[in-house]
Amino acid sequence: MTLNQQPLLTVDNLSVVFSTDNGPATSVEGLSFELNANETLGVVGESGSGKSITSMAIMGLLPRTAAVTGSIRFRGEELLTKTDDQLRDLRGRRISMVFQDALAALNPVKSVGNQLMEAVRVHSSDRSRREMRARAIELLDIVGIPTPEQRVDQFPHEFSGGMRQRIMIAMSIANDPDVLIADEPTTALDVTVQAQVLDVLRRVQRRTNSALLIITHDLGVVAGLADRVLVMYSGKKVEEADVEDVFYRPSHPYTLDLLAAMPRLDGNSGDSRLYSIPGAPPDPTELPPGCRFAPRCRYAMLGTCDRTPVPEQFITDRHVAACLRIDEVAAVRQEASS
Amino acid sequence: MSSTLEAIDVVKEYPVRSGLFRRRTGTVHALSGVSLEVPKGKTLGIVGESGCGKSTLGRSIVRLHDIDSGSIRLDGESVESASGQDLRSLRRRVQMVFQDPYASLNPRLTIGSALIEALEIHGLAAGRRSERAQELLEMVGLRPEFVQRYPHEFSGGQRQRIGIARALAVEPEVIVLDEPVSALDVSVQAGVLNQLKELQDLLGLTYVFIAHDLSVVRYLSDEVAVMYLGRIVETAPTGRLFAAPEHPYTKALLSAVPIPDPIVERSRERITLSGDVPSPLNPPSGCRFRTRCWKATERCATEIPLLRTMADGTRAACHHPESETQSPTDPTDSQRTEAGAQ
Repeated sequence: MTLNQQPLLTVDNLSVVFSTDNGPATSVEGLSFELNANETLGVVGESGSGKSITSMAIMGLLPRTAAVTGSIRFRGEELLTKTDDQLRDLRGRRISMVFQDALAALNPVKSVGNQLMEAVRVHSSDRSRREMRARAIELLDIVGIPTPEQRVDQFPHEFSGGMRQRIMIAMSIANDPDVLIADEPTTALDVTVQAQVLDVLRRVQRRTNSALLIITHDLGVVAGLADRVLVMYSGKKVEEADVEDVFYRPSHPYTLDLLAAMPRLDGNSGDSRLYSIPGAPPDPTELPPGCRFAPRCRYAMLGTCDRTPVPEQFITDRHVAACLRIDEVAAVRQEASS
Repeated sequence: MSSTLEAIDVVKEYPVRSGLFRRRTGTVHALSGVSLEVPKGKTLGIVGESGCGKSTLGRSIVRLHDIDSGSIRLDGESVESASGQDLRSLRRRVQMVFQDPYASLNPRLTIGSALIEALEIHGLAAGRRSERAQELLEMVGLRPEFVQRYPHEFSGGQRQRIGIARALAVEPEVIVLDEPVSALDVSVQAGVLNQLKELQDLLGLTYVFIAHDLSVVRYLSDEVAVMYLGRIVETAPTGRLFAAPEHPYTKALLSAVPIPDPIVERSRERITLSGDVPSPLNPPSGCRFRTRCWKATERCATEIPLLRTMADGTRAACHHPESETQSPTDPTDSQRTEAGAQ
């Protein structure tokens, strides 16, 4: 990953607004980030933060009721102006996606092998049936499905939840995509199965040198997988940095509070209280004019933070936080750690 | 130690029927001899993965369904055989909070009416029920004027607080909390967890806390029981269980939980279990974990390991617990295949 290299994926000032009965609902606003080859970017946020909408926007999967503005470029090529046909050619081949619910994404009446072969055929129709079958078996093997020669002929219901998620991963890498987007890929899985699937994702990324965009609400998953982390709150980026900076030097009050609100397996014993963030995220149809987190923030300067939009502040050239109070946050953080 | 709540050798099985005549073709072994004890005012956390029987156990405790054998006792009084007036009084003493309180609240009843209804059924707070409803909301950190609102007007965290207020309405001694925070975002989850702790201190409540999230269980519990395929494999005081697990399954489970700390998360030893949990229709003989265990021997296939007492109040159901084995052997494929044959 060299700095002068063109990023694989560039999201620039992306906004997504849905029209609802209660007026326009802003899901994503002014979001910008880059994804480089060989890099894993973790996008974290809670329900309604806009993280999944962002991934749908990249894949061109948003419904027509969504007003999408800004720019999403793949290797410099604008995606938002592409036709459905052009996008179809790109999806699956260059950019592909793993969804949370594998059972819903797989066809129940087709064998897993046929579905994998279909994924291969769509983008390279010149391969023979035998070649495609061999590729399907190879893909199942890559994602760690035992005895792939036999299991390739089985149907989705014959696999467990974790195995189905592996099949989804196999399908998503069928055409060696440059960018793999995984949207909450382990949320529906038990923790031991989650560990297996995360291992597979890690291995697959290393093997294919693709860029991985992982969307999750689980900071633990991000800590183990991501190189860079983007924290979203209420449709906006609140912080972005290398993974160590986000966890050891969080600079936005939301990131700081979120880490303090998580019970930890290895932390202090249950005697110390968790920090509980008061209130709830704002309604996307009635967003506050200033910082979206201001009404819940213990550092907010009322009259300033909640009135005017907050510009992004650079802490280092690889660490940004959208907060006017980064110095106060840093002081508190240092006090807490000493 | 006078224990409030006790389960003794509880067995619960569900018949599986199929075909034209709905003939019984199999049995789901949901609970196969589960025993536990929760001292008054303490919290027992129950952890395990999908299908381990933890929710069935919770439901058996509040008697949402009958058990096939064994006994559940509250201060020595048996829950499973109570009927009529006794059962009603037991229902008041043991309450349950569900994962999704929205599903258990009547959408056409204000929160106040729902709380008052519970008070009426049990003849509590006569003459001052509306005040009591407001008090209950304040106890769970909600504004008293919310009594006039309907369930859909609340956020997820607030609904869960309402679920807790509803359980508290009948002044219970024991509350079974079944995944009470797993549908909540982290920023709201902490508030609900803290509230549960405060209420326990204030009212001397006994909790049975069922969850799949081990970090959450660790935060709230005094003692933790780990379940696997219908059996308890290990129970220990919380600190001890997380610091020095005895059962290989507990060890694997703990090692799989992601920790929000990049250096710790990337450097720790992780035991990745192979395969999937076997079907509860046809659980393995002997130790049910043996098909995925890297320590399994022939004995594990023939002899069911019983919970036995070890150091520091730990009880583990394993023939080869951690403290009695030298350095953990590496999981090898040959061992696994051998153990896989029944």
